[in-house]
Amino acid sequence: MRIIFSALLLLLAVSNTFSQRYMAEQGVISFFSDAPVEDISATNRNVTSIFTAATGGIAFSVPVRDFEFEKKLMKEHFNDKYMESDRFPRSTFSGTITGFSMTASGPQRVRAQGKLTIHGIVKEIDVPGSFEVKDGAIHMKTRFTVRLADYGIRIPQLLWENISEEIQITVDLTYNPK
Amino acid sequence: MRLLVTVLFSFMTFFVFAQEDLLEELEKVQGEQTDLTLQTFKGTRVINGHSVETKPGGALEFIISHRFGTLNSGSYNLWGLDASTIRLGLEYGLTDRLGIGVGRSSYDKSYDGYLKYKLLRQATGAEAFPFTLTLLASTQYKTNKSGADEGLSSSDRMSYALQALFARKFSSGFSFQVAPLLVHRNAVDQELFVNDLIALGLGGRARITRSVSLHLEYYARLNEKEGNPNHDAIGVGIDIETGGHVFQLVFTNTVGMMERIFAAETTEDFFDGDIHFGFNITRTFQLSKKARESGKNW
Repeated sequence: MRIIFSALLLLLAVSNTFSQRYMAEQGVISFFSDAPVEDISATNRNVTSIFTAATGGIAFSVPVRDFEFEKKLMKEHFNDKYMESDRFPRSTFSGTITGFSMTASGPQRVRAQGKLTIHGIVKEIDVPGSFEVKDGAIHMKTRFTVRLADYGIRIPQLLWENISEEIQITVDLTYNPK
Repeated sequence: MRLLVTVLFSFMTFFVFAQEDLLEELEKVQGEQTDLTLQTFKGTRVINGHSVETKPGGALEFIISHRFGTLNSGSYNLWGLDASTIRLGLEYGLTDRLGIGVGRSSYDKSYDGYLKYKLLRQATGAEAFPFTLTLLASTQYKTNKSGADEGLSSSDRMSYALQALFARKFSSGFSFQVAPLLVHRNAVDQELFVNDLIALGLGGRARITRSVSLHLEYYARLNEKEGNPNHDAIGVGIDIETGGHVFQLVFTNTVGMMERIFAAETTEDFFDGDIHFGFNITRTFQLSKKARESGKNW
């Protein structure tokens, strides 16, 4: 009896440590396109992400419609012409974080590897980022570059809004234990 | 032994669980969103008449419309390019749904003003809705003093229009609009015309490329008197969108760029070759940077 009891207790402890999930809601992803005529930037404050400390497993879901631009017309073009958000409403990432420690203090350099899906096209990516555990919450940040052509996003030649071939993506999230 | 198995088994379960698609779990957390359908039409006009589109809150559109003479007026008139009717207009989005516009047309030296309100919006997702409904109320005043218009009183120079525009974007490649229209003119020749003309506007957009689409528009007059000399307005156009600009190249049998003129006073016959080449060019400026909320409010 006592053995079973301690086993259950152990199980509970194990499950707490190993299946600990962290959720980030209203995370921020922004992108920046550097162009000669007009820099274009947009921010999405409705990013949801989940992180499993045991395995480093991580997933992001980004509602494409929630990118806000300085000009509303740009938002419409972004959704209607480039991202085709009626067909591909979400951009996602699913993969793993490596090189982190839940017990270390201060910012850590980590890597994220996995599948990035934008505009319905899946690509393997491997990007560096920063990871910090503070007061039970995890802060994650990364900045990387995406080539539009890799994701089948074509820029019509007629367009006068100059858009660069590569855009810079910045991710900033705070995870809390779930 | 059994304990060991149990513990091992539970470990395995956790790892399997962790490897399971986290994305699926995320989607459950997020739930389903409501997505408003964007850009049923690229411009605020289909060809001559309005589309369901209004300007986003804080955006100002400058629209220059031209209709040249008829193509069948021959080489002497350079197929109509010697003659021109012009309308200059401004439309401003007070909110994402409510727009206000003013314009001045060289035809009858008319001024016009209108309010446009997107009452219902097509959407997909959690709160899906099948079509967009925009209401339009406009008024026109002609200042022309020559010919038959000489000595008209102020009230005789006024006319009004009310329109309900229903449109659905069936796919990214095809949109269709049905728009019943009522035009009231204070003064008309009672022998030939009615004061209150009812017309049914039909308009369609078919995408050719991501930036170019083909437009068709037809306004059928439903209650005009027998023997009136006017015709239904027909238009065919190519719509080219380049960022902040929309260029519409049109072929139509009317020089009207406001409801009263194209619906009630189109004097030429499309099928006789009385076709005017023309264009609408728009430029949109974002005036207020704090784009107003596009949520459930007005």
